[in-house]
Amino acid sequence: MQSSIQTRTWEVRDLGLIDYDAMYQIQRQCVDEVLQGGRQRLLLCEHPAIITLGRMSNEMHIIDRQGIKQAGIRVVSIDRGGDVTLHAPGQLVVYPILDLVVYGRDLKRYLYKLEQVAIDLLNSLGIVANRISGKTGVFSGPDKIVSLGIGVRRWIVFHGMAINVNTDLALFDLIKPCGLDVRMTSIADIKGERIAIEEVKENFIRCFGHRFDAPAQGLPR
Amino acid sequence: MSMLILPELGEGIEKATVACWHYKEGDGVQKGDDVVEVVTDKASFNIASEASGILRKILVKDGEQANIGAALGIIESS
Repeated sequence: MQSSIQTRTWEVRDLGLIDYDAMYQIQRQCVDEVLQGGRQRLLLCEHPAIITLGRMSNEMHIIDRQGIKQAGIRVVSIDRGGDVTLHAPGQLVVYPILDLVVYGRDLKRYLYKLEQVAIDLLNSLGIVANRISGKTGVFSGPDKIVSLGIGVRRWIVFHGMAINVNTDLALFDLIKPCGLDVRMTSIADIKGERIAIEEVKENFIRCFGHRFDAPAQGLPR
Repeated sequence: MSMLILPELGEGIEKATVACWHYKEGDGVQKGDDVVEVVTDKASFNIASEASGILRKILVKDGEQANIGAALGIIESS
């Protein structure tokens, strides 16, 4: 929802299904562009199956190394906060490349806003979603549906959020997601039917705009 | 001399852990280079050097915690 005094200061780019490494390079490039005064971006994509280890990862949270090997899934260490997570087709991954100077130089507040976008999105799809105190992410009841982890360079944020839409949830058995004893769920799992990821993307962009469109005036750089 | 200071990262964040140094003691760094990466719960944050020079001393090592406002390292300006 965009009122007349709000303006969109970011540009959407949908990369579709894209290799994790290629997407990481695009993220880095976008961070450099924002640092040089270019437009902020909202990057959307899906990844082929991959397990990523954030800076706080514990190797013990990789549960089934044999299964990972048999499935041909790569495990990579990356420069985001948080523990281990998994990406796979059917999961909407969003990478906002934003200047957090504009949004108040507050990592917690940014993550909270990002969680709120996910809650708004799930509500818009008829799913009741919630936070759980002390656990970053978004849950449906006790089950986790959205995972977050970010990196920041000179207050430009990258990495972001993974929303399970039609994800093969059995893949999460290979790891202990975010180091939590939690069941992972998805939009399809909750609704009992697959949902077009394009519809989720459209809703996401709208919900993101509602929380992240900036005042038209007084945008510091 | 220029200090690499752990900046305020947001309300309620009082500490961060050094995840890794991108340079070692004695290395030359340029102004604006990311020198050290710290982590809070779900975020990694790079701290850039405010001056060109030599990374003279690492005060907080990988895996160690520091309070907001603490000096993590010393850059000897060139």
